[in-house]
Formats: sequence, C-alpha cells, structure tokens
Amino acid sequence: MSAAPRYTTYHPRWYRRRVSVWWWLESSAYTGFVVRESTSVFVALFALVILWQLRALAQGPEAYARVLARLHTPPWLAFHAVALLFVLFHSVTWFNLAPKAMVLRLGGKKVPDRLIQGMNYAAWLALSAAVAFILVRR
Amino acid sequence: MPRTLTPFLWLLFSAGGTVAALLFPVHLFLTGLAFPLGWLHAPSYDSLRTLVAHPLTRLYLFVLISLPLFHWAHRFRYTLYDGLQLKHLTALIAVLCYGAALVGTAVAAYTLLSLS
Repeated sequence: MSAAPRYTTYHPRWYRRRVSVWWWLESSAYTGFVVRESTSVFVALFALVILWQLRALAQGPEAYARVLARLHTPPWLAFHAVALLFVLFHSVTWFNLAPKAMVLRLGGKKVPDRLIQGMNYAAWLALSAAVAFILVRR
Repeated sequence: MPRTLTPFLWLLFSAGGTVAALLFPVHLFLTGLAFPLGWLHAPSYDSLRTLVAHPLTRLYLFVLISLPLFHWAHRFRYTLYDGLQLKHLTALIAVLCYGAALVGTAVAAYTLLSLS
C-alpha cells in the first residue's frame, strides 16, 4: 500500500453492485414506472401523426386522401389501437399524480387530493367532448 | 446542460404532459380509429381547411404538437439514463432528444403558417 488513498465524496466505484439493465422487471412497481415513462414514446409518435396529417392538409385534397387511405390500413389501425392504450395510461397516471406534483392551498388548508384529481378528470371529459363536437360531422 | 435551463425544460415537460393527457386520447381515438373505421363521420377536407384557417385553431394545433414533443424529450431522456444505464452519454442524449423536439416544433410552425 504505497499509493496515498484518494478521498471522494462518493462511494468508491468497486463498492457498487452491478445492476442489470433489466432491473425494472424485478418488481411490478418498477415495471409500472418504466411503462409509464415509455408512454412518452407514443405521445411523441402521435404528435408526429398529427403533423403528418396537417402537412397533407396543406398539400391539397389528393395528398390528404392518400394519408386517410394509409390510416385505414391494418398496420396503422393496430398502431393506433396500441397507442391509445399507452396514451390512456399516460392520462390516468398523470391525473392521479397531479395532487403530488402541485399542492394547492385554499385559505391555509390543503385542497384534498381527490378534489384535484376530480377536477382533472372533469376537464378531460369536457375537453374531449368539445373536440369531438367540433370534429365529428353530424 | 446548463443548470439554468433545467426548470424551463421541466416546465415544458409538465405543460406537454398535461396537454397530452387532456387532449391526445380523444384526438387519437377519432383520427386513428373512429374515423378510419367509419364509427363516426370524419370532417371533409374543405371543412378542415376552413377550421384550420382560423388563427386560434392553428395556435391550438401548434401547442398540441410542440408541447407534447418536449414532454417526450424530457421523459425519454431520463428513461434512457435510468432504464438503459446510459449515464455516460448524457450530453448526446439530451441534444438528440431536445433537438428532435425543436425540429418537430419548427416543422409544425412552418406547416401551420402555410395553412393560412
């Protein structure tokens, strides 16, 4: 032991246990966390689908009809079915965590978690109905 | 990543997450399933052009595309760090994620301006 020991504020590297890349499959809570985080991939993909439709809309009726025909094919229908599940999981987990992310106080009292969650779900319902009212042809 | 940027990026993550949570399920259900499968009547090309010509609609669509992209960038970035243990690629992953969101935002802005 001739070398002087180096002191760091962290644990020395050789004391760290190696963790498998699949650590999140070890418990259902970890798996839920990773599934929740991966909903963002479907969120981004659907944002791109909206953008794709808008570009076709800008290019003209023929381009837009081609996009609609593509959306009617089984791969795209399957993608949207799966994406809907992930996006719904995102919505539910997001609303349920809302009281933890933002603590509201009214008159010195903490607004109950249930109330904040309820307001989120009510806004979700109202906005969904408004979008459907505008988009669906009657 | 400069430290001063972190709260701003977290704000974009949070706002984008809320926009996606409130509005993506209905848009996805309508344009991805209900309209292609004929469960509900899709709007015509002309009515959509009229709708999109309104500045408020285009502002709505800009927010609807851009903020969720930044939400993805932030969340995906940290999922890559923790999930795949890629901490040594921190800078590269951050640039790729936020860069992709920026490119998407620019394309969305350009497209929406051309739809006036």
